Amino acid sequence: MADAVHSGLTVRFRQALPIPLDAAIECGPGEMLALVGPSGSGKSTILRMIAGLNVPSQGRAACNGDLWLDTATGVCLPPQARSAGLVFQHYALFPHLSARGNVEAALGHLPKADRGRRARELLALVHLEGMEERRPGALSGGQQQRVALARALAREPKVLLLDEPFSAVDQVTRRKLQWEVAQLRRALEIPIVLVTHDLDEAAALADVMCILHRGETLQAGPPMEILNRPASALVARLADLRNVYEGRVEGHDPERDMTRIRWRGYTLEARRNDRYTPGARVSWVIPPAGVILHRRDRPSAGERENPVRGVIGECVVLGENASITVLVDGQPDTRLGFTVPAHVARRNGLERGGPVVVSLLADGVHLMAWEAAEPS
Amino acid sequence: MDTAALALSLKLAWWTALLLLPFSILVSRALAFRRFAGRGFVEALIALPLVLPPTVLGYYLLVMFGGDSLPGRVFEALAGRSLVFTFEGLLLASILFNLPFAIQPMQRAFEGIGPDLREAAWVSGLSGWQTFLRIELPLAWPGVLSALVLTVAHTLGEFGVVLMVGGNIPGETRTLSIAIYDRVQAFDDAAAATMSALLLAFSFLAIGLVHLLTRRIGSRHG
Repeated sequence: MADAVHSGLTVRFRQALPIPLDAAIECGPGEMLALVGPSGSGKSTILRMIAGLNVPSQGRAACNGDLWLDTATGVCLPPQARSAGLVFQHYALFPHLSARGNVEAALGHLPKADRGRRARELLALVHLEGMEERRPGALSGGQQQRVALARALAREPKVLLLDEPFSAVDQVTRRKLQWEVAQLRRALEIPIVLVTHDLDEAAALADVMCILHRGETLQAGPPMEILNRPASALVARLADLRNVYEGRVEGHDPERDMTRIRWRGYTLEARRNDRYTPGARVSWVIPPAGVILHRRDRPSAGERENPVRGVIGECVVLGENASITVLVDGQPDTRLGFTVPAHVARRNGLERGGPVVVSLLADGVHLMAWEAAEPS
Repeated sequence: MDTAALALSLKLAWWTALLLLPFSILVSRALAFRRFAGRGFVEALIALPLVLPPTVLGYYLLVMFGGDSLPGRVFEALAGRSLVFTFEGLLLASILFNLPFAIQPMQRAFEGIGPDLREAAWVSGLSGWQTFLRIELPLAWPGVLSALVLTVAHTLGEFGVVLMVGGNIPGETRTLSIAIYDRVQAFDDAAAATMSALLLAFSFLAIGLVHLLTRRIGSRHG
């Protein structure tokens, strides 16, 4: 079988009921894949299917060459035989057992005499020295999460599954835990699948981001690739990219390696994309980082590329950055969002209603198949 | 004070609890965790002794145990004696009328265990049996104890069903509550008072214990 040479986790699930699924996931050893999508998109269900708690009507799951599920041949290992460490969203710690007891419960593969020592080691790994004998009720949310993580790692799992692990703790604890998980994964040579609806978290932690919509995996790739080059307008919308528009291809310029598009009376240069023929309707996106503000005091690099005029719709200072929304040509239905350092906003006197010129970096303009905008 | 009746009551309570508890654990657990057709019907059947007049229940048991019915005949063929007016018959009746008292508290306790706890146990590598012994049973323990206390207290106090099925045979079917009735009929108020006080004290203790245990369940899951 192909899986024999394939290390890491390979998963394919399909079903129509009870919730429709058409998902394919690949996650290599030491890699962290973030499964991202709105609530109800099937993220947790997929995770549960990997762990063996749910079974899809059609599917296949293999990890490091071990076949866990293959509905075609009737293979379906129970959760006990899959060796997947799962951290539940609300931790699901055993309330009647101490932190050590919780971890020891997952150490059934070791002789009884070694379990206590190993449990202490695992709790030390998640920085819970001195808390071993406390019950979950006497631990804070963040500490409970660490116990859950230690318990998930106790089996020496072949894959680690994290179901919205940071959603139930306060923000300071979340940052700390995220950082620790990022540290921890360097020590673990196993695939890690993280389910989250937090795009920033996914982008910060994961090597691969996988966008899920109504049970279907739409695109998987490095976070920057998804955020800069979404496969479709739907992915762009799910990835919370705001600068998504519609245009028409005008022509290709092989000499300059560009594709020209027509948009609202502007002719824009875009990164070359031969997939769309001249005249084709396309959706296009530009990440906030591809929008350059023309300064009053001095010219900026890239100013000559795709200049666009507009009026400032909003200028909101959030900490060190100002989030700017430009109404292109003063039209309230065409908004272009980007951020500049707060001092730049101040020095340039950016204010609501003020005129402004921005450049859209041609390399940032990404064309996608046209899709009617869905009301969000 | 009829010590033979007290001993018989205790013997009946002991055997009822011993036979009923394992069975009730299995049934209550299945009712709490499994979804199957006819589940509501089974629950209603188990709750029936709570509302059925004891004499009605006793009457049907009497008919069922009698030499004319299939269960009665099977028992007679196997044991060589009738179920009616014997300790064995009384025990069987006791098990049946105690079903709701044994099953319902345990079912509530098992239902209080979140599904993700059992799943966490499976994912941690615990088998179904290990999950039952190490996670479910310790968490449902207050419910099991409540069931035990209620069953014993109720067995000691049951009157109607016992009279219908067992009659009033000293040493065989005359339990404490029957003996109290018997003593009152014989104008032996002193003996009736002693035995009544004993049952009152026991019932009070039992209810107190059940309250304590249910509070513990509440605080653990709350």
